[in-house]
Amino acid sequence: MDMGIDLPLIWAGIIGFGLMMYVIMDGFDLGIGILFPFVQDPGDRDTMVNTVAPVWDGNETWLVLGGAGLLAAFPIAYSVILSAAYLPIIAMLMGLICRGVAFEFRFKADEAHKPIWDRAFTGGSYVATFSQGVILGSFINGFSVTNGAYSGGPLDWLTPFGIFSGFGLIIAYALLGTTWLILKTESDLQTRMRSLARPIAFALLATIAVVSLWTPLAHPEISSRWFSFPNIVFFSPVPILVVLSTFAILWAVGRDTHALPFVLALILIFLGYTGLAISLWPNIVPPSISIWEAASPPQSLGFTLVGALFIIPFILIYTAWAYHVFRGKVKAGEGYH
Amino acid sequence: MSALDLARIQFGFTVSFHILFPAITIGLASYLAVLEGLWLATRDAVYRDLYHFWSKVFAINFAMGVVSGLVMAYEFGTNWSYFTAFAGGVTGPLLTYEVLTAFFLEAGFLGVMLFGWNKVGPGLHFFATLMVALGTLVSATWILASNSWMQTPQGFEIVNGRVVPVDWLKVIFNPSFPYRLTHMVLASFLSTGLFVGASAAWHLLRGRSSPPIRTMLSMAMWLVAALAPLQILVGDQHGLNTLKYQPAKIAAMEGHWQNTPGESVPLILFGWPDMAAETTRYALEIPYLGSLILTHSLDGLIPGLKEFKPEDRPDSTVVFWTFRIMVGLGMLMLALGAWSLWLRWKKDLFSSELFLRAALAMGPAGLIALLAGWVTTEMGRQPWVVYGIMRTKDAVSNHSALAITITLTAFIILYFAVFGMGVAYMMKVIAKGPDDDSGGGQPDPETDPHVRPARPLSAIKTPMDAPSFSNLRGE
Repeated sequence: MDMGIDLPLIWAGIIGFGLMMYVIMDGFDLGIGILFPFVQDPGDRDTMVNTVAPVWDGNETWLVLGGAGLLAAFPIAYSVILSAAYLPIIAMLMGLICRGVAFEFRFKADEAHKPIWDRAFTGGSYVATFSQGVILGSFINGFSVTNGAYSGGPLDWLTPFGIFSGFGLIIAYALLGTTWLILKTESDLQTRMRSLARPIAFALLATIAVVSLWTPLAHPEISSRWFSFPNIVFFSPVPILVVLSTFAILWAVGRDTHALPFVLALILIFLGYTGLAISLWPNIVPPSISIWEAASPPQSLGFTLVGALFIIPFILIYTAWAYHVFRGKVKAGEGYH
Repeated sequence: MSALDLARIQFGFTVSFHILFPAITIGLASYLAVLEGLWLATRDAVYRDLYHFWSKVFAINFAMGVVSGLVMAYEFGTNWSYFTAFAGGVTGPLLTYEVLTAFFLEAGFLGVMLFGWNKVGPGLHFFATLMVALGTLVSATWILASNSWMQTPQGFEIVNGRVVPVDWLKVIFNPSFPYRLTHMVLASFLSTGLFVGASAAWHLLRGRSSPPIRTMLSMAMWLVAALAPLQILVGDQHGLNTLKYQPAKIAAMEGHWQNTPGESVPLILFGWPDMAAETTRYALEIPYLGSLILTHSLDGLIPGLKEFKPEDRPDSTVVFWTFRIMVGLGMLMLALGAWSLWLRWKKDLFSSELFLRAALAMGPAGLIALLAGWVTTEMGRQPWVVYGIMRTKDAVSNHSALAITITLTAFIILYFAVFGMGVAYMMKVIAKGPDDDSGGGQPDPETDPHVRPARPLSAIKTPMDAPSFSNLRGE
C-alpha cells in the first residue's frame, strides 16, 4: 500500500475487535441460557438471569456493530457471507429474538407461562449459539464466489465441520457462562458452577485441539501458514498458552477464586480467536477475497473511521460504568435491590 | 409467487412489525424524560409514579424493538445482497454511525435507567434517562438519512458499478431527509400520545379517576392537540418535496393518470385506480382541490402516471388507499385534539364519556397511520430501491423461492407468537394502572430504598420478589 494509511487494515482491526467484544460479552449471557438445563431451581434461574439483565442489550449491540461495520467497510463481504449463510443467519436471529424477549417476558408472565419463556430462553440461546458456530465453520471452510457474488447453494454451510463448530461454540459459551456466574453468584449456585466448569473446560480444550488439527488437514494454505518456518516460531505460543490457560481454569475453579476463572476463560477465548485470525488472514471472504479487494471506497472508510475512533472510546467508558454500577454479587432472592 | 415478491413480502413484514416498537420507544423515552424532569423539579409524586409505570411498558417495548431490529441489520445482506454490494459504501457508514452514536448510547444507559433508581443519584439517573431518549432520536436521524438517500439520492458517483460517496453532507442532508425525519418523529410522538391517552381513557371509563391517570390523559391530549395540526403542515410540505423529486409517487397516491388540457387537477377523494386499464374507476372528484393542495395554486398541474413508462410506475391501487388511510386518521387526530381543548375549557375533559370512548378508540390510530404512511412511501418509490439508480429486482439475493418461503413462514409464526404475547404483557401492565398496589404495584423508592423490585417490569408474583414485598408490607 503506497497510501499513508491502510484503511481496510484498520477497519479489519475494528471489526475484529467488535466481533471479539461480541463473542466475549454475548458469549457469557448466551452461556447462561445454555446452562439453564443444568439448573432447575426457579430462584437460581432468576438469579442467573439477573446477573445479565442490565447489560444483555449492550452486549448484543456489538453484534449489530459487527454487521453494520462489515456493511460499511466491506460491503462485498457482507453481501457474500450473509447470502451464503442465509438459513443459519435467519435461525440465529430467531434464536436471539426468543431469548431476548424472554429476559423481559419471564418476569412479566404468570407462573403458568413462565416455563414457556424459560424454554424460549434456553432454546433460543442454543439455536443462536449453534447457528453462530455453523456460520463460523462455513466461514473457515470458505465460500463459492463468482464475479463478487455468492454462487454456492442454499445448504453449503451444512458440513461436518460446520456442525462440529456449532457444538464447539456451545461449549465455549458455556464456559464463559459458568465462570461469569462464579464471579457474580455465591453459595450453592456458585458451587454448582465450579463443578460444571471443569468438564466444560476439558471439552473446550478438546474442541480447540480438533479444530487445530482439522483445519490445517483440510486446508493446505492454513497448514503452511502455521507450520512453515519462521511462522511456527512466532505462532507456537498460541497453542501453548491455550493449554496453560485451560489448566489454570481447572486449578482456579477448585480454589476460593471469584474473578480469576472468568478472566482466564476470556484469555482462552481470545487465544482461540487469535488462532482463527492467524489461519484466515488476510481474507475476509475465504478462500479468495482479501480485505483490500472487499473494501469500500476510501471516502466511505475514512468518513466512518473518524466516528469510530472518536466514539468507541466513549462507548467503552460508559459501558464500563454500567458494569461498575451493577458490580458485585447478585444474591439469591434479591436481584438488584 | 416469484422469489423477488417473497423477498419483498419478507422485508415488508419484518420491517412493519419492527417499526411499531421504535415508534413507541421514541415517544415513550421522551415522555419518560419529561416525567422524570417534572418529578425532580416539582417533587410531585404523581410524576414519579407515572415514570415507574411507563418505564415498565417501555422495557417490554424496547426489548421487542431491539430483537426485531437486529433482524433488519442483517436482512439487508441476506435478502438484498446486490443492493448492499452496490450501495453499501453509503448505507453502511450511515448504519454504522447509528450503531455507534445511538444504539450503544441507548443500551449503555438503559440498564441504569431501568434498574438503577437506587443504585445512582437522582441527577445521574435523570442523565441516563436523557441519554436513552437522545439515543432514540439520534437513531431515527441516521436511519432516516439512509432511507431518504435511497429515495432522493445525491452526493455520490458510480465507479465500476458501485456507489462512491463524494460529499457526505449532501448524502446525509439529501432533499427528502428533513421532511421525512420531522414527519416520522412527530408520528412517533403522536402515536405514543394517542397510546398513553387511550390507556388513561380506559381507566377513567372504569371509574378510576386518580391524579396520575388524569395527568396521563391531560399530558397526552395537550400533545395531540399541539402536534396533530403541526403534523398536517409538515405532511403537506413533505408532499410538495415528493412532488418535486418523486412525481410518479404523487401521481400514484392521487390516482392521477393524465392532465386534461386547460383544466386544473381535481382531488380524487375516493376511487379505484386500475393499473391495467390506466384509469381510476368510480372516481369521486372535487375540482381544483388537487391543484390547490399539491401546487398551492388553482391552476397548477402535476404529472400524471401515463407520463411514466409502465415499468416505472408504482402500484397506484395500493398507495392511493394507504395514503387516504393515513390522511383520514390524521384528520381524526386533529378533531380529537380540538375536542380535548374544548372539553378542557369546559372543565369536562375527564368526565365526558363520549370523548373518553373516542380517545380509547384512537389508541392504535397513530401506529396505523404510521404504517400506512410507510407503505405509501415505500411502495410509492417502486420499482426503485435507490431512486432512479437501481431497481428493486436487481437488488435481490439469489435465493430460491423455497428458501424464502420457509423463512417467511417461520418469521410470520414467530412474530405473531412472540410479539403477540409481548403486546399482551404490555396491555396487562397498562391494565393494572399506575396506582396499583395490590401485588405488583410500586414500592415507594423514596422511603423504602431496599424494596425496589429486581426489574421495574417484574411482577410481584415471581418467587424472587415475593419475600421483599411481604417485608415491605410488614414494615
